[in-house]
Amino acid sequence: MNMPATKIEVETAKPASAAAPVVAMTPKRPPRSETYARMARETAVRIIPPLVVIALLLLVWELVCRRAGSALPPPSKVFKDTKELILDPFFDHGGIDKGLFWHLSASLQRVAFGYSLSAIAGIALGVLVGQSVWAMRGLDPLFQVLRTIPPLAWLPLSLAAFRDGQPSAIFVIFITSIWPIIINTAVGIRNIPQDYRNVAAVVQLNPLEFFAKIMIPAAAPYIFTGLRIGIGLSWLAIVAAEMLIGGVGIGFFIWDAWNSSHISEIILALFYVGIIGFVLDRLIAGAGKIVTRGTALN
Amino acid sequence: MTAYLKLDHIDKIFTRGAASTEVLKDINLTIEKGEYVSIIGHSGCGKSTLLNIIAGLTNATTGGVLLENREVNSPGPDRAVVFQNHSLLPWLTVYENVRLGVDKVFAKTKKRAERDAWVMHNLNLVQMAHAKDKRPSEISGGMKQRVGIARALAMEPKVLLLDEPFGALDALTRAHLQDSVMALHQKLGNTILMITHDVDEAVLLSDRIVMMTNGPSARIGEVLEVPLARPRKRLELATNTTYLKCRQRVLEFLYERHRFVEAA
Repeated sequence: MNMPATKIEVETAKPASAAAPVVAMTPKRPPRSETYARMARETAVRIIPPLVVIALLLLVWELVCRRAGSALPPPSKVFKDTKELILDPFFDHGGIDKGLFWHLSASLQRVAFGYSLSAIAGIALGVLVGQSVWAMRGLDPLFQVLRTIPPLAWLPLSLAAFRDGQPSAIFVIFITSIWPIIINTAVGIRNIPQDYRNVAAVVQLNPLEFFAKIMIPAAAPYIFTGLRIGIGLSWLAIVAAEMLIGGVGIGFFIWDAWNSSHISEIILALFYVGIIGFVLDRLIAGAGKIVTRGTALN
Repeated sequence: MTAYLKLDHIDKIFTRGAASTEVLKDINLTIEKGEYVSIIGHSGCGKSTLLNIIAGLTNATTGGVLLENREVNSPGPDRAVVFQNHSLLPWLTVYENVRLGVDKVFAKTKKRAERDAWVMHNLNLVQMAHAKDKRPSEISGGMKQRVGIARALAMEPKVLLLDEPFGALDALTRAHLQDSVMALHQKLGNTILMITHDVDEAVLLSDRIVMMTNGPSARIGEVLEVPLARPRKRLELATNTTYLKCRQRVLEFLYERHRFVEAA
């Protein structure tokens, strides 16, 4: 029984050892040009379809809006009308006659301020609600009702309270974006595995260490989901709020353009609003990816 | 002989609403320093609950746990637990997972550099120093459990509690890890209490095997001494009559006298 078995081993061992180095050597050489080619192909696969779709849509738009008397301008006219705004976003003629950069930056500043406040308060409240059953029973019904109130419904109230446009706008952003942050944080905290709590108990972490070393990292994926929804909502809210409060800001720019019948400017502004909303979302998603690199995997 | 760890008339009753279940009934056990004791029983007999009570993660309904003649009823690093599913924190590296406990336990007694050296010493004990910068998701199940053991050992526990530490591993990895734990026990002389449902594992590793009856109201049915000399070698024991006799005793207890009856 033994002999043939050993024979087979010897026979198979030889070609294997001869083949192994060859296999190991070959993949080291050619990859450079090949990987570049593959990368180019992969990016092309991702980039070409959206480009094609956008080009088609522009074409349809152009064809539909080209005829005389159409209510909306075709893309070519939009570009012609707004060329100055696109090329010089930094001019400042005083008042609200400023370049788009200033409008956007004013809006972004409001969002940054209101959103930071809601992130801090939202995570804090979320931890409270997630950790304490009593707090959850007390606060959750309140949150569920308040979160359904549309952002702009808060504006008159906050104007009455603050008697100024700027803090009112910030408050509207705050109150709009805080709910998903609270709710997601609370869910994340409630879902911390008992194992992690046991580990913390055995190691005897104090509440502060538990918060920083276990709770926040364990709930991070949920918290970032909330933060991401929150940033989207605050960008939605700011444009609407600014239309009403006036002053410098992309929302009022759009409203102002409508009042002066500059439809092309509205379209340009919408384009910028969309792009910035997208970038904000990606920023939070990217930050989340970095922070949760370990947690999300498991 | 003085009792190092003493379980004194422990009862545990779980109450949910109006219904209450008595899980453990009148558990008495004394463990000496340096002893390796296994608790074996069918699943659902409350052995994990018992371990949690000793660890302080749950409280006994009546009775208590004495460690060096002092009652312990809250969790602490003097009774470090190696959890069944390793319970490493996935956002920390292997090193940081061990360091977390070390920083806490030796905050006052060891300097930074000493703590670092101590973490590395313990990772070396379980042969995991090479993976110190890896995250738990990047290492195998056996390796995770090694790190779990290192984390527990690094706290210098008076009693090391192992909660089915090898249950989730494949047979080969399990055997390998059992050998490692035996070697560590030999070298460090820890007092170890292990929960298991594997008869061979219990006989191979333990000085005494505590066999539990089926729940509800599980009791200690029998305690078996395993009079095998250490160090024990897995291969030699396979034909050792004492080993086989012990194994037979445990098997009889589990499968004849206290056969597991599926709860209706």
